[in-house]
Amino acid sequence: MRESILSKYMKITKVEALEKIAKRIRMNIIQEIYYAKSGHPGGSLSIADILTVLYFNEMHINEKEPQAEGRDKLVLSKGHASSALYAVLAEKGYFPKEELVSFRNISSNLQGHPDMNKVAGVDMTTGSLGQGLSVANGMALASKMDQRGNRVYCILGDGELQEGQIWEAAMTSSKYELDNLCVIVDCNNLQLTGKTEEIKNLNYEDIEQKFRCFGFNTNIIDGHNIEAILDAFSKAEMCKNKPTAIITKTVKGKGVSFMENNPNWHGKAPNDEEYRKAIEELSVEK
Amino acid sequence: MDNEEKIATRESFGRALSELKENRIVVLDADLDSSTKTEYFKKLYPDRFIQNGIAEADMIGTAAGLAACGKIPFASTFSAFATGRCYDQIRTSIAYPKLNVKICGTHSGITVGEDGATHQMLEDISLMRSLPNMTVISPADDISTKALVNKIARYEGPVYLRLSRMNTPVIYKDDEKFEIGKGKQIGDGKDATIFSTGDVVAECIKAQELLKNENINIRVVDMYSIKPIDTELILKCASETKVLFSVEDHNIIGGLGTAIADILCEQCPKKLIKMGIPDCFGHSGRPSDLMKYFGIDANSIVEKIKEEIN
Repeated sequence: MRESILSKYMKITKVEALEKIAKRIRMNIIQEIYYAKSGHPGGSLSIADILTVLYFNEMHINEKEPQAEGRDKLVLSKGHASSALYAVLAEKGYFPKEELVSFRNISSNLQGHPDMNKVAGVDMTTGSLGQGLSVANGMALASKMDQRGNRVYCILGDGELQEGQIWEAAMTSSKYELDNLCVIVDCNNLQLTGKTEEIKNLNYEDIEQKFRCFGFNTNIIDGHNIEAILDAFSKAEMCKNKPTAIITKTVKGKGVSFMENNPNWHGKAPNDEEYRKAIEELSVEK
Repeated sequence: MDNEEKIATRESFGRALSELKENRIVVLDADLDSSTKTEYFKKLYPDRFIQNGIAEADMIGTAAGLAACGKIPFASTFSAFATGRCYDQIRTSIAYPKLNVKICGTHSGITVGEDGATHQMLEDISLMRSLPNMTVISPADDISTKALVNKIARYEGPVYLRLSRMNTPVIYKDDEKFEIGKGKQIGDGKDATIFSTGDVVAECIKAQELLKNENINIRVVDMYSIKPIDTELILKCASETKVLFSVEDHNIIGGLGTAIADILCEQCPKKLIKMGIPDCFGHSGRPSDLMKYFGIDANSIVEKIKEEIN
């Protein structure tokens, strides 16, 4: 009994700590895009909590050894959310946080879309949608061949599922029983020109069903609930002989009131006033 | 050469691949391993063979992921699908990140024959050589294919290997050496140079023999390395011979002829007569009939050279 109270307490502390980090990640994202005067805030903010849990709790990684063999890897298939990945990598210490303001600048390594050869901690170059799951499969297969046991995470956008290659790859994931692979689908239900469920009849329930039919262990969670994300990752790790797809219900632009659920914030930067307001909102302690 | 053993470069590729003693090699195929000849590797090393099914884009991506983890993937399918269908996957997931993937396209060119235009890839050299970081290798016979499969396995970086379905004569001796970035000069005639690549090099050599009987002495240069290309050899032949020709089983736009013209126009302006598929799609037929139709068989080459020289 005492133990369970203790573990509950530790979990609450862990969740609170991760929530605080996620807030800093969101501030980093806004800062990057504000200074770059371009970028993709909506889809970056929607994966901030997932990335926080991955890099600060889940993944077996060492920022001092970004190329270590046998590390866990992440493929950010929706590469336009690069600002979120850089935000978390800088926060983790892969490179100085001061570099974030150089995002998208000609003298910067922080490219508009992630480049694995330019930024420490970026495990795969992405940008053209639909390719990440195949790559993650290749990484998971290599890990199996070498009997290393490292895990591979792949973040897909819901709009990205309109790319056919995702489903080619999904068949490969289940055929090779890649239980060291965990797919996270960011279901914010918005893409550049409108609602994902209207553009291609894809809502989070359809998505869950599709991945299940393709042989995945699936789970639908709130993608902004740290505790739920933690639980989903530990369940994924326990599942054997099947890849896992965690369908996360998210809010595009999450954390900045005027960006939330607004497709206009898919790919634009805040002006001075909006920047000030966004940082102010994110600075408020709960 | 007619009486000699003939073998398709896809066959040589499959055999060489299965003989590579390097356990980081992983072979991927898209339901064509009996045609691409990766089946030999599959039989020997089933644990290092990935069957992606009829999903070429997925195969290319999987290969990229394997390479990112230190494997040496050889991804194989028909060149039409390997390069055309997967251009963007190659561009974003292999060439840009400079991952160590060998893309092996068999059934290139019109010599595919009866399957017709959809399967006769005539733009692959053009597509692949315009990609930064990409090496493009196009061997002409059994010996060079085997040697170059070994070379590219040891080379670190993305490679496109262009192979053929049609059986072709063995040109080289067993101990002949081949280097990425070099070409191979055959003969030292000064009347003309034919630069060629892949399965039509043998036709050029036949043409060379036929022309000899008419006292026209030419040299053939096997440009098995299209990128990087042997600039020095091109310039040497341009200065030593009167007329320059290129012969290729590929669209005359963007292929070997274009690559040579790029060098000539900047460093040694000289007329180059490009022979190949004249910016059109192929069609069904026997490979020998198609080569004749498109003017890249030995007799057509002879006629064209005589016409230009006289």
